Amino acid sequence: MGEMATPLRLSIGGMSCAGCVATVENALRAVPGVADATVNFAEHTASVTGRAPAEALIAAVKEAGYEAAELRGAEDEAQKEAAEMDHYRRLLRKAVVAAVVGVPLMVAGPLGWLPALSTTGGRVFWLAVGAATLFVLVYSGGHFFKGAWKAFWNHSANMDTLVALGTGAAWTYSVAVAAFPHLVPVLAQHAYFEAAAVIIALINLGSALEMRARGKTSEAIKRLIGLQPKTARVVRDGQEIDIPIGEVGLQETLRVRPGEKVAVDGVVIDGHSTIDESMLTGEPLPVPKKTGDEVVGGTLNKSGTFLFQATRIGEDTALAHIIEMVRQAQNSKPAIGRLADRISSYFVPGVLIVAVVTFLVWFSLGPNPVLGYALVATMTVLIIACPCALGLATPISIMVGVGKAAEYGILIRKGDALQQAGHLTTVVLDKTGTVTAGRPAVTSVVAAPGWNETRLLQLAASIEAGSEHPLAEAIIEAAAQRSIALQELTGFEAIPGKGVRAQLAGGMRQVQAAAGLPKALVPAAAATGQLLLGNEALMRSHGIDPGSLAGEAAAMAARAETPIYLALDGATVGIVSVSDPVKPDSRDAIARLHAAGMRVVMLTGDNRVTAEAVAGQVGIDEVRAEVLPADKAKQVEALQARGEIVGMVGDGINDAPALARADVGFAIGTGTDVAIESADITLIRGSLHGVADAVAISKATVRNIKQNLFGSFVYNFLGIPIAAGALFPLVHLLLNPIIAGGAMAMSSFTVVSNANRLRWFTSGEKRP
Amino acid sequence: MKELAADVGGLVVIGLIVWWFWLSKPKTLHAGEGTPIDIVVADGVYTPARIEVPAGRPVTLRFLRKDPSPCAEKVVFEAFDNMTRDLPLDRPLDVTIVPDRPGEYAFTCQMKMYRGTLVVKNP
Repeated sequence: MGEMATPLRLSIGGMSCAGCVATVENALRAVPGVADATVNFAEHTASVTGRAPAEALIAAVKEAGYEAAELRGAEDEAQKEAAEMDHYRRLLRKAVVAAVVGVPLMVAGPLGWLPALSTTGGRVFWLAVGAATLFVLVYSGGHFFKGAWKAFWNHSANMDTLVALGTGAAWTYSVAVAAFPHLVPVLAQHAYFEAAAVIIALINLGSALEMRARGKTSEAIKRLIGLQPKTARVVRDGQEIDIPIGEVGLQETLRVRPGEKVAVDGVVIDGHSTIDESMLTGEPLPVPKKTGDEVVGGTLNKSGTFLFQATRIGEDTALAHIIEMVRQAQNSKPAIGRLADRISSYFVPGVLIVAVVTFLVWFSLGPNPVLGYALVATMTVLIIACPCALGLATPISIMVGVGKAAEYGILIRKGDALQQAGHLTTVVLDKTGTVTAGRPAVTSVVAAPGWNETRLLQLAASIEAGSEHPLAEAIIEAAAQRSIALQELTGFEAIPGKGVRAQLAGGMRQVQAAAGLPKALVPAAAATGQLLLGNEALMRSHGIDPGSLAGEAAAMAARAETPIYLALDGATVGIVSVSDPVKPDSRDAIARLHAAGMRVVMLTGDNRVTAEAVAGQVGIDEVRAEVLPADKAKQVEALQARGEIVGMVGDGINDAPALARADVGFAIGTGTDVAIESADITLIRGSLHGVADAVAISKATVRNIKQNLFGSFVYNFLGIPIAAGALFPLVHLLLNPIIAGGAMAMSSFTVVSNANRLRWFTSGEKRP
Repeated sequence: MKELAADVGGLVVIGLIVWWFWLSKPKTLHAGEGTPIDIVVADGVYTPARIEVPAGRPVTLRFLRKDPSPCAEKVVFEAFDNMTRDLPLDRPLDVTIVPDRPGEYAFTCQMKMYRGTLVVKNP
């Protein structure tokens, strides 16, 4: 294949006339290393050959006043696949040619059908076979020799070195024996041409099989890249036109019809529909979308037609981020694989030394014919050693495991997280938004005698107007639903973990108006207008006795609702109860965590009774209630001090310190907002099943890595001594070099195939 | 006698293996400042495989992969937070790093069969 046979393709933006074509082409051709550049005006693309990298080309186009981006994605993958297929066929061809020469010799030899070397005719026959085997070594095994030669001059040795030395020694010895049989003892007059040819055939076949198996390991990335649509339908000047995806601009309006994919990320501005997001989030049910809702590029529109405005394009889309995260994680390596890495740099020269020692031992101490035995044992040592299996054991499993996780909407940032997740003993869950849906709603309003619910809700909502707390949003929402206008208050002050304080403007008259009460009922001396909204702790810290409302509050808490007191001038005037329903699948997911041997702890700022009621609904082991937001990390630390290996599950923003403190932090995403950098693992789908799946996939992957490492260590560290003849003194067994070649050829393939078993992983989640 | 000669010869060969593969270093390319360093990825080796660069300055390695086998697909810089890049076939890819401390840093393929060394020296 010639240098730069594959042209690099760019999408070019901003070309308005055919005259631009020449400008862009000239700019590209001026870049050092460019052999040729052609611009297709109709497609708005450029095709460049030469040695210049994409970055330099893009910079040149930009300097000329246009936009450019490298065309990658599906097209790139298709090119890669074509090149791999080509290489695969070439390897198979080489294997077949080598087998055609080697296999008949291998069969005919033991049957006594081949002439002896002692006759002239026999010598001529064997020299002809030697010529045929030389052709095999050049055509089918040339790449091993070339690689070995180049590596040698680089002061390094690799698999090619071992194969080239092993087969080269067999051929050279055999030619010498065929040409000058009198130089070696009669017993050693044996040619090993068939071994050289069959070993070359087997190793090429093994490489081909490994290549095919490897293709499957990157299926997850290919699937994600395949989600990206190639075109988008934009609305420009009132007309709908199809354009390449790379040309969609920010804020542009796009149309999506039923059965079509959403092209980029955006917000629905007209129409409604349901969208299948399972390919990105693993969420099995279609998600309804209406005006104002976010849609994500790559997801599939089911039923309706809608218009949306593009908010993120190109490399900024959620899909592009997910692909990048998965790519990076697939390339990371957990600690478990590092020993193999250290060994591999000493491995091949080490095997060469073992081969020399083997030769010397057989030559000095072996039975007759010593030269024959010494050669066979040395050749077998060289051929059986497989450094590739050792080096491949860890990364190939990570590749498949991380990819599998991505299918379930689980993004693993680092290989170390994968290793740790399988060892967790305790999982800490944040309550709101993790165990519960995170969309609290007001369920009841209880007013003290003399107060009415509307006034109560009005004051509560007015206090919360400035807050972004989920409970505050629920109260404001409830007031809005009842069309209650908010009142102006002053002196807001948030009391962390407890509630809010505010001041009624206007003093006594306002207090009366607020309460809707006759003057006589409010003692004038007490009427300063101080409002408190919050939990029981807030009331008690201000010396307020909940009085008769305490019973109501207890009943609410027992129903897993959160009671919020409102107090005016030192007296409770009512309770607003807010409830955040648990996610429908939280219970099943927690049962799965239990089944995997983990304790489940829930952390919440909520009161103990409510927290315990929620915990009871979903089967949580331990509740830590009334925890201030700032103390969540300390709680995780306390569990770690007890010797627990802690996984923390929470939202990526508020819980960031606790997520960072935990052994493994799981950020539970809302939709596909994957800009969550603080966590080791991001669960795109909001379900706790993601935690159970992540743990299960981690365990499966680490088990797979161990199998691979164990297999390749045992293979090499048992195989090499056996090949050297360690069993010969005991049972008179010396391995045939052809068997060693077969074993070596299969070892990498076995490692890759074992990793591929991870693709069959299925979640333990019961799906509807 | 034959055995003794073989043993001596064998020991010499072992000595040569140790010296050639572990003790001696391949020719070092001294990188000029500012220009990318072309590294060809073919036949099981990076060419050049040993590159000397000054510390504290960005260095761009321009990899051109000509080996279609999957072994050559990735280049890993373990000392640089395990930074890994996928090398496209027959197309150059620039990898820019800023080695801030002097020392020898390996870059390898996933299986550690392709090996190169970045020799970082104080300017």
